Amino acid sequence: MSILVRHATRRFGNFTALDDVSVEIPSGSLTALLGPSGSGKSTLLRVIAGLERPDAGTVEIDGRDATGLPPQRRGVGFVFQHYAAFKHMTVRENVAFGLKVARRPKAEIRARVEELLELVQLPGLAERYPSQLSGGQRQRMALARSLAVQPSVLLLDEPFGALDARVRKELRAWLRHLHDEVHVTTVFVTHDQEEAMEVADRIVVMNHGQVEQVGGPRDLYEHPENAFVMGFVGPVTRLGELFIRPHDVELRLEPNGTTSEAMVERLVHLGFEVRADLVLHDGQRLQAQLSREEAEALELHQGQIVFVRPSRTRQFAS
Amino acid sequence: MRNSGGRYPLRVLALGYLGAVLLVPVGAVIWRAFGDGVAPVWQAVTTPDALHAFWLSLLIAAIAVPLNTLFGVACAVVLVRHRFPGRRLLDAVIDLPFAISPVVIGLALILVYGQAGWMGGWLAERGIQVIFSLPGMVMATVFVSLPYVVREVVPVLREVGTEQEEAAWTLGASPLRSFLQVTLPAIRWGVAYGVVLTTARALGEFGAVTIVSGRLAGQTETLTLYVENRFEAFDLTGAYAASLTLAVLALLVLLAMTRLQRKEGH
Amino acid sequence: MAASAVSRRRVGLGVRGGDALLRGTVTLYLSLIVVLPLTAVVWRSSQDGWAAFWRAATQPQAVAALRLTFTVALVVAAVNVVMGTVIAWVLVRDEFPGKRVVNSLIDLPFALPTIVAGITLLALYGNSSPVGINIGYTRPGVVLALAFVTLPFVVRSVQPVLMTMEPDMEEAARCLGAGPVTSFRRIVLPTIAPALLAGAALAFARAVGEFGSVVILSGNIPYRTEVASVHVFSLVENDDTGGAAAVSVVLLAASVLVLAGLNLIQRRRTRHAE
Repeated sequence: MSILVRHATRRFGNFTALDDVSVEIPSGSLTALLGPSGSGKSTLLRVIAGLERPDAGTVEIDGRDATGLPPQRRGVGFVFQHYAAFKHMTVRENVAFGLKVARRPKAEIRARVEELLELVQLPGLAERYPSQLSGGQRQRMALARSLAVQPSVLLLDEPFGALDARVRKELRAWLRHLHDEVHVTTVFVTHDQEEAMEVADRIVVMNHGQVEQVGGPRDLYEHPENAFVMGFVGPVTRLGELFIRPHDVELRLEPNGTTSEAMVERLVHLGFEVRADLVLHDGQRLQAQLSREEAEALELHQGQIVFVRPSRTRQFAS
Repeated sequence: MRNSGGRYPLRVLALGYLGAVLLVPVGAVIWRAFGDGVAPVWQAVTTPDALHAFWLSLLIAAIAVPLNTLFGVACAVVLVRHRFPGRRLLDAVIDLPFAISPVVIGLALILVYGQAGWMGGWLAERGIQVIFSLPGMVMATVFVSLPYVVREVVPVLREVGTEQEEAAWTLGASPLRSFLQVTLPAIRWGVAYGVVLTTARALGEFGAVTIVSGRLAGQTETLTLYVENRFEAFDLTGAYAASLTLAVLALLVLLAMTRLQRKEGH
Repeated sequence: MAASAVSRRRVGLGVRGGDALLRGTVTLYLSLIVVLPLTAVVWRSSQDGWAAFWRAATQPQAVAALRLTFTVALVVAAVNVVMGTVIAWVLVRDEFPGKRVVNSLIDLPFALPTIVAGITLLALYGNSSPVGINIGYTRPGVVLALAFVTLPFVVRSVQPVLMTMEPDMEEAARCLGAGPVTSFRRIVLPTIAPALLAGAALAFARAVGEFGSVVILSGNIPYRTEVASVHVFSLVENDDTGGAAAVSVVLLAASVLVLAGLNLIQRRRTRHAE
């Protein structure tokens, strides 16, 4: 079930959330909408879901024009950042809600709920209330609930944003596994580039209501089309008009004709990587990132003079 | 208060004031009512006029409270979720019944719905009598008890937000079904508390209803009007007995309020 | 981000036309029951011309009633400011057996019909008073009746503010040498001032319009203990709807002013909180 958004525009008063956005989501993929606050990614997701009506543009879901359809009839599942659990219903009643609305027979509902609770690893919690569950459990319940009605598209709005770091990492991996098992076209919104890179097949990078670039994680990291994408998807250090990944800054102890002289202003030890803040002769600053072994081999220390050469750079037309 | 020296006088002052103004008078009514024993009180409370007044009060409340509850929830939805010019005005108008004297309300209703009123004549032609009859009394009661459900539901509705409802939409539920099955249960304690306050106000209404009803004993006399009727007739036992009934109802309301305050998390 | 985007989300019933229908129904209900009748009062007061309005509003008995009403309402508001704060303070900061019950009883004037309040107070402080205090048919009687019905307003307004106040500020003041009175005056009072004012304004508005309890306790002696609401009532009974409307408009104006003032206080409170 592929999704096609064409020329979607949405304004809230003076604020333009979506500015002529067109995007295609291939069937069965796991796509991330990545961008900073106010980039329009949540709005785009809600437009696809039908929770938001665009001022202009169309939405097609699996070849059908869904632009005029309410969310009830689009066959989309939606998972909210703050779970949107039905607090007065048990976990079972939550998950069964969509099936009850569709008037499925009781036996079928019961079986399906059990199946889903197994799938999201919440067995035995069926009679609890959401307030008795942890954040991670609530979100998994929300996922089970949206999968119950067998949606053709699954949409998640910053699904792990309200959880703490450890649970977030667990659920990221778990979402990837789930998608590999269930194969529903999935789109999720995040502002965390690490999350997008780790989980998604394709990433749509957005900023100020527009699509900056679409591609796989490796694509975006290695071939960014503009400064914003490059800076958002990974660390960047600049040398005049050149954009460089800190990993791509070579450090040597001896000059070799292509290097520039620099002093190590500060060394930061980040676990198994080391970041060196460098100052060049002309006062420009540069950051280099190397593995622990490389740093040890160079006997890097503060105040040391080294010779640097960016091995890969990019330049963007302004 | 860490300063234990200052505690005692303040406590005495506060409790003394409360006692003198609130508690002792209520005790006095109970003592006075049963001054000649239980039998006269029971007799006074079960006269035909008294019984009629009791049931009339309950009937009016039974009509006014559901009306204001429906209105209250609908109005809360409009205030919290809709954006439109005049929203602030709507907000202000809803507060008016709190600040207006009941006799002014009675006068206002007569001017519109009385025989010589703006709509009264038109209604009379169609055989509908509002003033000096049940509809007028219900209207007066609706007016004075209008804001309670709205005011209690608005903050609760605001806190509940719209996400749960949106989730229900994506699961296939119609907007109405989503509201009834998802949002309404989420705001139920706010609604309940508002209903209790509305009921108390409806049962206790006097000023507006006295003007609008014509006070025909046995016909358009509510329990509060009956109390005044007995008082004017120097039938103190009757007045005290009916007051006692109303006081018992008030205490039940207080009890419900206290229970619900805890549920709502006040 | 999420906060500002959510606040911009405009959510209705999701049904085309359903929103407008809901708004229309709500507006119709309010118009028929509240707006139309109140408009009729204002219209009636000026129906016979401004001269007639002025005459009715400045009629000596009306003026006496209005003066008494506003004076007593101010006195009661002041009494409530003091006693309401004391009671709220004791309920929040003090501990004693039965405190929970006392706290619930504060709402009694909300639940008890006003006419019963009048009867109740008369039983204890009237003609056949068991404690020998007879203020039935006197001005203090009016004050007492109003003190009863307006009791909860200031208490309930100030209580939440006191409850969420942290004792740190007062403790710091005490370390710096401030006695309990100074501490109250300089730290607590400014904090509760907006709530106090709001509660006092509500109490004032309520006192101005009160009818049921006063009608019993005051004896309604013209020029002595007749308040504005009772005067309007007698005018209506005598079919003088023009006169009644005129006095009512004065009362309405007072109510609207108080409500507007309250609104301003509320808005300043939320601005301060941000």
